[in-house]
Amino acid sequence: MAFLPANRAMAVRPADAARNFFFVLPALVIFAVFYIYPFFELLRLSFHDWQGIGPMHWVGFQNFRELMADKVWWNSIGHAGYITLIALTFQNALAFALAIACDREIRLKRFYRVVFFIPPVLSEVVVGILWNWILHAGVQGGEQVGLLNNFLVEIGFPQMVHNWLSDPKTALTCIAVVHAWKGFGWGFLMLLAGLQTIDRQMYEAADIDGASPWRTFWNVTLPLMLPVIIVVVILTILGSMQVFVLILSLVSQGLVYHTEVPVTRILGAMSGTNQFGYACAQALVFGAMLIVLSFGLKKLLNRVRWS
Amino acid sequence: MARDRSVILRVVQNMFLHVFLMTVAVACLFPLFWMVRSSLMSKAAIFTDHGLIPRDPHWGSYATAWVKGDFGIYFLNSVLYTVCVVMGIVIIGSLAAFAFSRLRFPGRNILFTLFVAAMMIPLPGSFVPLFVLMSKLHLANTRLGYVLCMINVGLSFSILLLKTFFDKMPTDLEDAARIDGCSRLQIWWHVALPLARPALAVIVVYNALNVWNEYILATLLLSDKSLMPLQRVLMVFNGAYQVDYPILMAGLTMTALPIIGLYLLMQRYLVKGIFSGAVVG
Repeated sequence: MAFLPANRAMAVRPADAARNFFFVLPALVIFAVFYIYPFFELLRLSFHDWQGIGPMHWVGFQNFRELMADKVWWNSIGHAGYITLIALTFQNALAFALAIACDREIRLKRFYRVVFFIPPVLSEVVVGILWNWILHAGVQGGEQVGLLNNFLVEIGFPQMVHNWLSDPKTALTCIAVVHAWKGFGWGFLMLLAGLQTIDRQMYEAADIDGASPWRTFWNVTLPLMLPVIIVVVILTILGSMQVFVLILSLVSQGLVYHTEVPVTRILGAMSGTNQFGYACAQALVFGAMLIVLSFGLKKLLNRVRWS
Repeated sequence: MARDRSVILRVVQNMFLHVFLMTVAVACLFPLFWMVRSSLMSKAAIFTDHGLIPRDPHWGSYATAWVKGDFGIYFLNSVLYTVCVVMGIVIIGSLAAFAFSRLRFPGRNILFTLFVAAMMIPLPGSFVPLFVLMSKLHLANTRLGYVLCMINVGLSFSILLLKTFFDKMPTDLEDAARIDGCSRLQIWWHVALPLARPALAVIVVYNALNVWNEYILATLLLSDKSLMPLQRVLMVFNGAYQVDYPILMAGLTMTALPIIGLYLLMQRYLVKGIFSGAVVG
């Protein structure tokens, strides 16, 4: 009886129900212990002052009040926002352009598709260390070395040589560029999948009507792609705002103030200064911000789908 | 005439497209080339020789990294964690997905919604309470603790994907097996799992990538060097006062190559997973 498709309303014998329940039990236990419990622990800790060991003190909203006045924290959100902004504009525009270029009969299509997704399968640690080596490999004999700096000398711009990753003016942009290098393949693949669902007849009709390629893009491609674009935007925001391992591995010369992002702040409060309560308060506020942002965009997505 | 012009126009257009696409492709591949190239330099030449191809390839860094740098141990750790987590997710996830799709029990829909909601809600900094919990359970600095945490990371997505797959699967074969006297567990193992192979492939690639590349939990939970996976150790190497770049680059290459290989082999399935993820998201 119990095997019948779910939607058929039929009573289940208690013994059967119990036996069926055993199938989800392992997943449920892991989920409860490693997801649900930590979530409530996060809530609880954010109202306490705790050093990781020793007594725990209830402090009410003090962690949150402290957070509101924490300039470094709000700056770190600004930094993540900057990385996200570059990801949303340059990275996604590049991904879209590449997807449009690959959405036609063109040779080597498969090759491009495979290659563009190689950076995303690499770990943030590998990408960070590799680009650290390219952008800034340290100082040898009083001179800045590294592939980029050497290249600048070779092509005759020795005045541009500098320490790209520890100069406050360039560090964050370097992070954003490396992040975009690692990430554009995701957007590319999703947008390409979206483009391939568009009926070719739409383009033919536009062509017969004498529409220019530009007009076809604005009036046919873009409106039809809007749902996919919004999904890509949501995923880009969630991914870029929470970036941190890439920064840890790219800026290996110790975390400096101008490359702090929210998650490195959380990590720092926890393992750097042992303020577990404060770390949890930060995590909670940041998580809430992300949820509001992504659900707002999801609402927009639904409206687009229905209109 | 007009036809000729449009053909020429198209050829020129395609040329520009190829230049554009090729530039980006080279930008993707060049850093990886540079990584391998740097790993083949000797310690003396790496800062002085600016050539593209090492004049005198120096393969010793790989042996040094593997033996003296203990990368052999870390590599095996990474393989062990990846295999254990993926197997755990496949078994636990498919059991649950099978039940959510085919079996009836009270609270089924609520539980399933919970799993899906967990996937959608971003939880930055969840490593803080997880770290506290693992210490309390005496699972910090153990292989088991790390594997369990990582199973949890991939579980929701895998259950969702498999359940959607099971829902679309016809029940005929399962009915036949039931009439032949198969138990629920036997049907799951002998009928449902083999049929779900395409979905399982997606789950295997996606999670293997995820575990192999994981860094932060490995850092917080594993403090014994003998337990560390590659990603963690690369960071230790990178943070050293005097970085030995040829060996670090050899380590990077050893870490990156298996995952690139897996990707090239199972590329089709990974792409499928991303599309289903995009639809769900």
